[in-house]
Amino acid sequence: MIFRVFEKEELRQLFDILSDHNRVVGPVEAGRDRNGRPVYAFSDVREFNDIRLNHTVTKLPAKRYFLPFKEDLATFTIEKDNWHKSIAYNIERPFVLFGLHPCDINALNKLDKVLLHSVYPMPYYAAKRKNMFIIGLDCVPQPYCFCRSMGADTALHGFDMFITDLGSRYFVEILTDTAYNFLRHIRTEEPGEEDHILYMKVVAERNEKFTAHVDTTDLAKILDMEFQSDVWKYWGDRCLACGTCANVCPTCYCYGVEETVEINLKGARKTKMLYSCNVIDFAEVAGGHNFRPERHTRLKYRYYHKHRGFVEAFEESLCVGCGRCGESCLADITVPEVIASVRGSGGNE
Amino acid sequence: MAESRTRTYLGVPMYRPRVAFFEFSSCEGCQLQILNNESTLLDFLSLVEVVNFREAMTEQSEDYEIAFVEGSITRDDEIKRLKRIRKNAKTLVAMGSCACFGGVNQLKNRFRNPAGVKREVYGAHPVDSGPVRAVEDVVGVDLRIYGCPVSKDEVEKMVLHIAIGKSIVVPKYPVCMECKRNENICLFEFGEPCLGPVTRAGCDSWCPSNRAGCWGCRGPAEDVNLRQMIRIMEEHGFSEETITDRLECFGGFLSLMKPERGKGG
Ligand code: SF4
Ligand code: SF4
Ligand code: SF4
Ligand code: SF4
Ligand code: SF4
Repeated sequence: MIFRVFEKEELRQLFDILSDHNRVVGPVEAGRDRNGRPVYAFSDVREFNDIRLNHTVTKLPAKRYFLPFKEDLATFTIEKDNWHKSIAYNIERPFVLFGLHPCDINALNKLDKVLLHSVYPMPYYAAKRKNMFIIGLDCVPQPYCFCRSMGADTALHGFDMFITDLGSRYFVEILTDTAYNFLRHIRTEEPGEEDHILYMKVVAERNEKFTAHVDTTDLAKILDMEFQSDVWKYWGDRCLACGTCANVCPTCYCYGVEETVEINLKGARKTKMLYSCNVIDFAEVAGGHNFRPERHTRLKYRYYHKHRGFVEAFEESLCVGCGRCGESCLADITVPEVIASVRGSGGNE
Repeated sequence: MAESRTRTYLGVPMYRPRVAFFEFSSCEGCQLQILNNESTLLDFLSLVEVVNFREAMTEQSEDYEIAFVEGSITRDDEIKRLKRIRKNAKTLVAMGSCACFGGVNQLKNRFRNPAGVKREVYGAHPVDSGPVRAVEDVVGVDLRIYGCPVSKDEVEKMVLHIAIGKSIVVPKYPVCMECKRNENICLFEFGEPCLGPVTRAGCDSWCPSNRAGCWGCRGPAEDVNLRQMIRIMEEHGFSEETITDRLECFGGFLSLMKPERGKGG
């Protein structure tokens, strides 16, 4: 890993160089909520000033640039009794993601395990993942952030460069040749001893700011033991089965496929849509049988996949602790509360 | 559209059903949706043989297989007519919120003094109209197309699927799924009420995508948690009146509501 430091105004220069020839996506302010707080979203950015470098967690993750909510897997042209199929991976050219927090980068690394490095890689994901230039950005932990508990508060790989604000200057970690070459266009210098000290101080201060925690000790085992616990019923009674938690989650990847025929019968398409295990027909199979007709069993399944099944398969959980699901859940169902209630139920009942 | 009865799709002969459209107490907006659709109207008409469509033709026939019924049922003569349609049709499709749950019309069932209201509305020309009923409260219904008005895409899709023998699937999940797919910021964030979490999807989150909360025109999704929805609306500071108005507007939630009111919080 190579480290450099640079003056703050150089970042604008870097943005301009990158955006000259590339599509750039970054965090912008999408509006103000009812309490006057900014709502952030990833969006195409043309002006450096539109990027919010101090953004808190965006409502939707950057996942949609890698796993779109809706994506055609194949289109068909139909002529008389014949048909022709075309497949596109739906990325025309590489683009730049400017300002991903550690949780979002770690989320991509988790998705990689399933969609890139598994027995059946998903070419639609791979084509996008391999064609993105990712600039990571440090963050200020929010009251709902529990990434530290999930070991996702720092990103070690899965990006091209990562920028940390040292106050007066930026500290940058460089992981790829591409990043190195881009950085040659702005003025950077070798960090000195004092920069290292400052960096460690900034990191330590950030660590102090985490307030939300999840105790993951033996969690996979505890979940196994608490499969019949009443707490699932409690949360299931609250849940609206709206699917929002999975839709805002940077690591959920489940999907459904729909085939549609055009009304003129000249074309058809196969469309993939991200799905959610909390919605009613997630586990419905051909013939109409539903393996999880009750809300609490579906909600439980979501937790079991993330904190038990995935852990058994990959030795890490499928949650980066970004807190998005809890923040977006109208029923106020949050991961720290659900896990705490499951852990607590063993002692009480 | 020269293709005739022998039309095939991928070599398989297609079914070209004889269809009829009927309207009862409604604004006829649903039928208009189908006619409105100029770019695909001819394709649509090539899939079916329309034998009865008052809005578009004068000739009428009783020989049809699929009856699309729009509107709610309010009068005795309507009941008689509907029963006859049911007898003629192999498949009866309730089209639009009025047909599916009474629609906006059923709001009049809320009046405690229907006779007085009638005098107000019709004055010296009284109309013999009783409480508003959904089509399925009078005759059996085979298929439902939700929405106020229905979306042309859904009607076209249903007819197409009948023609090519593909199963008809309507989303069971709520509008929130589509709202998120459309990458909207939730309206509750802005302090606006929305019935998206309990309303059946299929409209592609039409209202929230235009920054208006859902009024539940497509009726309840499957496995809805109405008690929680009411509790959440209350917690967000919406009055009982606001909540009730929304839930009662199209009639889809009525059957679920009665036991749930007052249990919120
Ligand atoms: S967001 Fe909340 S209410 Fe909606 S499905 Fe998820 S847990 Fe249930
Ligand atoms: S489960 Fe919730 S906290 Fe965990 S990664 Fe997904 S959205 Fe973030
Ligand atoms: S979850 Fe962690 S990495 Fe993500 S924004 Fe919060 S503190 Fe940063
Ligand atoms: S705006 Fe309505 S439909 Fe959209 S996510 Fe919020 S509650 Fe659901
Ligand atoms: S958002 Fe709600 S009210 Fe609007 S069209 Fe869809 S179901 Fe009807």
